[in-house]
Amino acid sequence: MNELLLVVTVAGERVALPAAAVESVVELDTLIPVPRAAPHVAGLSAMRSRVLTVIDCMRSLELGDTDCSDGIREAAVVELDGHHYALIVDLVEDVIEANSEPQPVRAAMGQGWERVSLGMVETEEGPLLLVDVAALIAGSEARAAA
Amino acid sequence: MDDLIADFVAECREMLEALGGEIVVWEAHPDDRARLDSIFRFVHTVKGNCGFFDFPRLEALSHAAEDALADVRAGRRQPDGALVSAVLAIIDRIGEMVAAIEAGEEMPAGDDSTLIAALEPGAEGAAPAVVTAAGEAAVKSSVAPRTIRLSVELLDRVMSTVSDMVLARNELARRLRESETDVPVDGAFERLSSIIAEMRDAITRTRMQRIENLFVGLPRMVRDLSAELGKQVLVDIEGGDVELDREMIEMIRDPLTHIIRNAVDHGIEKPAERLKAGKREIGVLHVSARQSGNQILIDIHDDGRGIDGKKLVEKAISNGVMSKDEAANLSPRDQLALIFEAGLSTAKEVTAISGRGVGMDVVRSNVERIGGIVEVDSRIGGGTRMTLRVPLTLTIIPALTVSIAGQHFAIPRSAIEEIVRVNGEGVTLERLGGAGVATIRGRRVPEVSLASILGLDSQVEEQDRRLIVLRPAGGDVYALSVDRIHDHEELVVKPAAPAVMATGLYAGTTLADDGSPILLMDPAGIADVGGVKLEVHERTARIAEGPAQAVSRTAPVLLFRGLDGGRRALRLAHVDRIEEVAASCIKPAAGHLRVQLGEAILPLAGATADQVGEAKVRLFRLNDGSAEIGYAFAEVIDFATIEHDIIHSERPGEVGGVSLINGEPAELIDAHWLFANHLGTAARTSEPLVCRIPTDDPWMQNMLRPIVEAAGYRVVGDDAQEQADLVIASQGDAVADAPHAIILRNVPEPTGKKDESIYRYDRAGLLMALKSAAGGKGK
Repeated sequence: MNELLLVVTVAGERVALPAAAVESVVELDTLIPVPRAAPHVAGLSAMRSRVLTVIDCMRSLELGDTDCSDGIREAAVVELDGHHYALIVDLVEDVIEANSEPQPVRAAMGQGWERVSLGMVETEEGPLLLVDVAALIAGSEARAAA
Repeated sequence: MDDLIADFVAECREMLEALGGEIVVWEAHPDDRARLDSIFRFVHTVKGNCGFFDFPRLEALSHAAEDALADVRAGRRQPDGALVSAVLAIIDRIGEMVAAIEAGEEMPAGDDSTLIAALEPGAEGAAPAVVTAAGEAAVKSSVAPRTIRLSVELLDRVMSTVSDMVLARNELARRLRESETDVPVDGAFERLSSIIAEMRDAITRTRMQRIENLFVGLPRMVRDLSAELGKQVLVDIEGGDVELDREMIEMIRDPLTHIIRNAVDHGIEKPAERLKAGKREIGVLHVSARQSGNQILIDIHDDGRGIDGKKLVEKAISNGVMSKDEAANLSPRDQLALIFEAGLSTAKEVTAISGRGVGMDVVRSNVERIGGIVEVDSRIGGGTRMTLRVPLTLTIIPALTVSIAGQHFAIPRSAIEEIVRVNGEGVTLERLGGAGVATIRGRRVPEVSLASILGLDSQVEEQDRRLIVLRPAGGDVYALSVDRIHDHEELVVKPAAPAVMATGLYAGTTLADDGSPILLMDPAGIADVGGVKLEVHERTARIAEGPAQAVSRTAPVLLFRGLDGGRRALRLAHVDRIEEVAASCIKPAAGHLRVQLGEAILPLAGATADQVGEAKVRLFRLNDGSAEIGYAFAEVIDFATIEHDIIHSERPGEVGGVSLINGEPAELIDAHWLFANHLGTAARTSEPLVCRIPTDDPWMQNMLRPIVEAAGYRVVGDDAQEQADLVIASQGDAVADAPHAIILRNVPEPTGKKDESIYRYDRAGLLMALKSAAGGKGK
């Protein structure tokens, strides 16, 4: 009974999200900005009668901005503490099985990646970084406070 | 097997919840067979099921309780305090065990033998376990005739599906409008719409819960508390059938509990102390709920020692909450309101029950967070009344939608005082050191630009913006400038994600009709972020009447022309309806004009006897809630609002002031003066007036007397010695000496010009004569 992983591309890098945490994958079209919110909060969107808080993963990782101007973006919908979030990613690829428990990554990663990392998991497609959804949503504390 | 256990647990929970109140009632009335039976039934059910499921400890406990109760039922034993406590302790233990079974945990450790021993007749009362098992939210009320159990998650899912359905319908409606459709399609769509609306109503109601669910645990809590403190408290609960949103009930559970703990701990005195103060040794705690408009009022009233406002002030000064000068300006009401300040408590000793002054401030902030208000009223030695006012539901908020740079936002309507244009009449906007100050009809109000708060680029010139005058709960007035104002809407508000709430600007999110999200602004948060400074009298502003007074400035008025041609205005709220009467219905009586409207005779204002003329007269029927008066007028000009300053008249009179309405001056009628002046004469004196009626006239005794008595007179016979205020006699009889006399005649037509008698079946004339005689005394 291995954990299922959703493979997505963020900032050009293939990473894994725990598939159990992801409710669905949606294409966002409307995006209502939330003025004064932390920079990684890209805005609000609606999925049926639910309000989604849209998180820009690139900004949460401090790797630059996702360009939302061209309209439709792919996003993974997750629920955390009763709130629904849409995590904007470059691309949603596939669901695969993890072949190992997460192992600590001993190499030095970028600061943003370090913060959201749950470790490295082995898969059929090689090692992938397992990302902590809650940390992604929390964003970088320092910038959220600014 | 698991299903069976789940059923057993659910059944136990349900019975436990209903039982909480029953036991206390049983203790008060040990002969109440119905209560005893329901408690017996509970332990009996538990015992029966335990044997089946193999829970030996539960079985032993319930068996012991059943035995003891069976003795009581059979009359072999009298229930006493010790027995009730022992049974309570056992029921608590059963509750704990049931909770453990439900959670799939180990049974709570502990020896049950002491509990069982306490049941023995003559056993020393075991300390009651202070764990309440009831209190989980359940969708069940104890007297509902037919119910099923539903999980709250399921209800929420249904609710959100219905919301989706409404959105889909709106979308469909828009598409239909855009395209050519047949009448049958429109008809079918209309039907669908009304069904959806009905369904939404029904689903919304499923979220409503009787407040009883909140109250049911109170008798038990007060009982345990008062036993612990050595006090005697009787709880009197009223209004348990008031319905409230399920979430709201959860939100007020803690504040209510805290207030009640305080009342028992600090309010109600020990029995000896109460006797010394000349009160019954049993304290009474009234808890009542009622609905008033879209608010629920929960009153918690104890007859304890009351709150000493002066002590609170002393404490506030010594704690540095306020200076001596500030304190000197506090009204008694403000002094009491200090109880909500952090760190103030007048309780001499700190008890385990209700801490040390942390508490009431938390209660207030919790209640204010859900849009409610707490008020306090107290009399030293006479008791304290706390009133919680909370909105009916958390989820639907009337709001105003506005926009900045094309983005829509919503503002809760409860905080909005008025809306003006920046360059409107009587409104100016100035910049002082970069800060905006709006002057609205002479009142200076700090201005906050929503565009700059949000960091948005507004394309609208400052002079073309709209100002929304806001008074957030617990804050002070400020004006918020926005680009455009759109619509009043009832919005279904949902909490926003923490990352959004962290800005401190928003109260939640909601969806517009087209399904796009809208942010609901938090007026207090905007003031905070915008740096609005509170005025010195901030404390006063927090008291509920504050906003009410301000609101009355913009009250709608009825603009009309009086009989003398004067342009006048009357607040719309006072006017009940407009009536048209024949001039003959208006007669002077007891120094005032009075008008007969059907059975009622009202004082008439706004006219003099010679203005009435011959034709019909139109009049406003004014109502102050208990009394009515008429006000004659020539024509109604318009409905309007008072938007300008009122120049008050120097002397009190019918006209309270003058203001510009629709560009022309109009006299404002002072309704209070009207009522004070016209009713003052009619008001009954405390001593009933005496009316003398011939004893030997059966018609007078049987037919007339009830009418006279109904008019507030005390009727005496003609042999009574006392001085009568009014004498009623038949025409031709001798009239005794009295300030007033009514002569009745037997024929409808008067016999001559000088004949002032009244035809005995002229009911209205009779009533008017009775009233005018009463009025004569009142002067």
